Amino acid sequence: MLYDIFIDPFVQMYEMPDFFLQVLWEGFVAGILYALIALGFVLIFKASGVFNFAQGIMVVFAGLTLVGLNENGVPAYLALALTIAAMGILAYGVERVVMRPLVNQPDIILLMATIGLTYFLIGFGEFVFGGEPKQMITEELGLPTGSTAIEFGERGLVILQHIDIAAAVIAVLMVAALGIFFNKTRIGRALRAVADDHQAALSVGISLNQIWAIVWFAAGLVALATGIMWGARSDVSFALEIVAFKALPVLILGGFTSIPGAIVGGLIIGFGEKIGELYWGGLVGGGIESWLAYIIALIFLLFRPQGLFGERIIERV
Amino acid sequence: MKSIKQIALGTAVALGVGFSGLATTVAQAEDANYVPLLTYRTGPFAASGIHIANGMHDYLKMLNERDGGIGGVKLELEECETGYNAQKGVECYEATKGKGALVYNPYSTGITLQLIPKAGVDKIPVLSMGYGLSAAADGSVFPWVFNVPDTYWDGASVVIKYIGEQEGGLDNLKGKKIGYIFLDAGYGREPIPLLEQLAEKYGFELLQYPVGVKEMQNQSSQWLNVRRDRPDYMVMWGWGAMNPTAIKEAVKIRFPMDKFIGVWWSAGDDDAAAGGEGAKGYKAMNFSGVGSDFPALDDIKKHVVDAGLSSTDASSIGGTLYNRGVLNSVIIAEGIRTAQELTGKKVITGEDMRMGLEALNLDEARLKELGLAGFAHPMKVTCEDHAGSHPVFIQEWDGKQWRQASGWIEPMTDLVRPLLEAAAAEYAEKNAPWPARTEPCPN
Repeated sequence: MLYDIFIDPFVQMYEMPDFFLQVLWEGFVAGILYALIALGFVLIFKASGVFNFAQGIMVVFAGLTLVGLNENGVPAYLALALTIAAMGILAYGVERVVMRPLVNQPDIILLMATIGLTYFLIGFGEFVFGGEPKQMITEELGLPTGSTAIEFGERGLVILQHIDIAAAVIAVLMVAALGIFFNKTRIGRALRAVADDHQAALSVGISLNQIWAIVWFAAGLVALATGIMWGARSDVSFALEIVAFKALPVLILGGFTSIPGAIVGGLIIGFGEKIGELYWGGLVGGGIESWLAYIIALIFLLFRPQGLFGERIIERV
Repeated sequence: MKSIKQIALGTAVALGVGFSGLATTVAQAEDANYVPLLTYRTGPFAASGIHIANGMHDYLKMLNERDGGIGGVKLELEECETGYNAQKGVECYEATKGKGALVYNPYSTGITLQLIPKAGVDKIPVLSMGYGLSAAADGSVFPWVFNVPDTYWDGASVVIKYIGEQEGGLDNLKGKKIGYIFLDAGYGREPIPLLEQLAEKYGFELLQYPVGVKEMQNQSSQWLNVRRDRPDYMVMWGWGAMNPTAIKEAVKIRFPMDKFIGVWWSAGDDDAAAGGEGAKGYKAMNFSGVGSDFPALDDIKKHVVDAGLSSTDASSIGGTLYNRGVLNSVIIAEGIRTAQELTGKKVITGEDMRMGLEALNLDEARLKELGLAGFAHPMKVTCEDHAGSHPVFIQEWDGKQWRQASGWIEPMTDLVRPLLEAAAAEYAEKNAPWPARTEPCPN
């Protein structure tokens, strides 16, 4: 037993380096995708203190809008532009109808409102697009398909899916763009001010409503990118909503308010769960990755309760 | 004051609508046979559920439109959305059973397991066509449950038999590795006891890869394990979003698709199409017709779909899962017709329906008469055997559509039947006091 836990996995890694590299690559891709989902949650939590329960369905909604428009004859890039516009309208609508009337209400009320929004979007989405799954328009969007196999040793093989490489590149670009937006632009600085203190931000003339609409729009864009990438890996259906909750352990780990935390947290969870499942999962019959992610997050929490990059909250009495 | 008036008016209107609705239902129940359809057109399993729901609905609706129902009595159809959720399924059952329901088709092994103890109490049979509790095939223990034409154990035995044929005989399975990837729910776990028995008997190694409902679209770990373990064959018991993802992942790790075989619920057109060119050669079991070249399906198109009485897209008629839904309704309709003949009544009860299903005999002549010659293997139910262990065939995806890839393969009945009976006895013991059968046998 001790051999199986402490020695055998490392022997396997040494003896089958190509497979180990494949596991690392899959962990990296999974981590990037988890990070993308977590980013959506972080953006909204940062600006409004709301855990956006609807982030998962926003991923589905964005993906379905894109594919649905294309199915109805709208060219792919125009469909993409229209989907971005739709996410903008959604953000504006959420701000006007859900957020604005609930200003100054306790956080739990806002959470409940996002749960309500989730069920509204599920119903509305099914009404408009139907419940059938749709194939992501990967090729029409100019995203790469196919794979490259890298030979490794005598009979080793590492297979890289082109769409996974594209996902990694897009995620990096997206994080960089968000980083610049938050740190270098006037709206970005205003957003950070709102995140720090709503009342102080209001007192210096920052429009809370405008900031919230912008932040929901940004989360919508992240949801769209996530929907495209996850949709390309399986299909675009309402089942994708469940995948979004893979972001929870990432948020616990990375902190709810940190963009770098979402990225690093996503990667730790991605690598951790794949390596754990592939090398240690067999000891308990497999299928451990769904809860292993939470165990990893909880271990980190023991040492950093605010998450890896979360803000340390010190309240003096 | 105005608002009180509005509330009073609203309440009156609501009550009025409610009572008139109730009156309509009662009136309909007196001169119609009421068939509730537990379906799911929403949620994570809608991908599979929509086609099944359309097929079930359209065939029965066609009988109403073309023939005026069955035996001159219209069918009153009502769909209830379960979302493949056992709790919602039971809610649907409770909400509709009082309307004179003749039979329930849960379309979920989880819901079926919940309804099995209720069926005998409420005197409404459960038809779990090719799914549900395998042991329910023993009619002496489960007089109210029918899983014709096959149980999952029959299916599992056919897969192993087919793999044995590919390898030149079952004896050649010794030392082989067969992977089993399954939805980690009652459905996917159901065939495991039989597969384990077969692994022991024929000396192959059974490797299990469970896929949690939350992981349906995130299966890279399972397929990395497959890549490392290098099984000789993969068998899949998937549903909903699990199927297309698994096929895509299999293509991704370059698993030989001709050695990847799904159960009859992993046989959807959309499931295989998701894998693109790489999915060519993927196989699945089937027991219902391939394609739309059947007179009964033409009638569905003419009387229901083209008439705008269905939400079915005409191009989906003939799809594997659509046809499966049609076959399900053929069994319902033939059960009603048989019950009418047995009892001499036009409007029947759940008890009559149970007798009708138990005396079901869908032979070749009858299939032809229905406009469904070759759509299914002839099937017969007896009081002892509610599944019948009928032959199934293997179909193969050619990149665009399914093609029949084998003849009819008989399940290993000699091996499966004793195990089914033992499992039925065990179920009765665990759920004691399980009522002894008192229902008369119509055969």
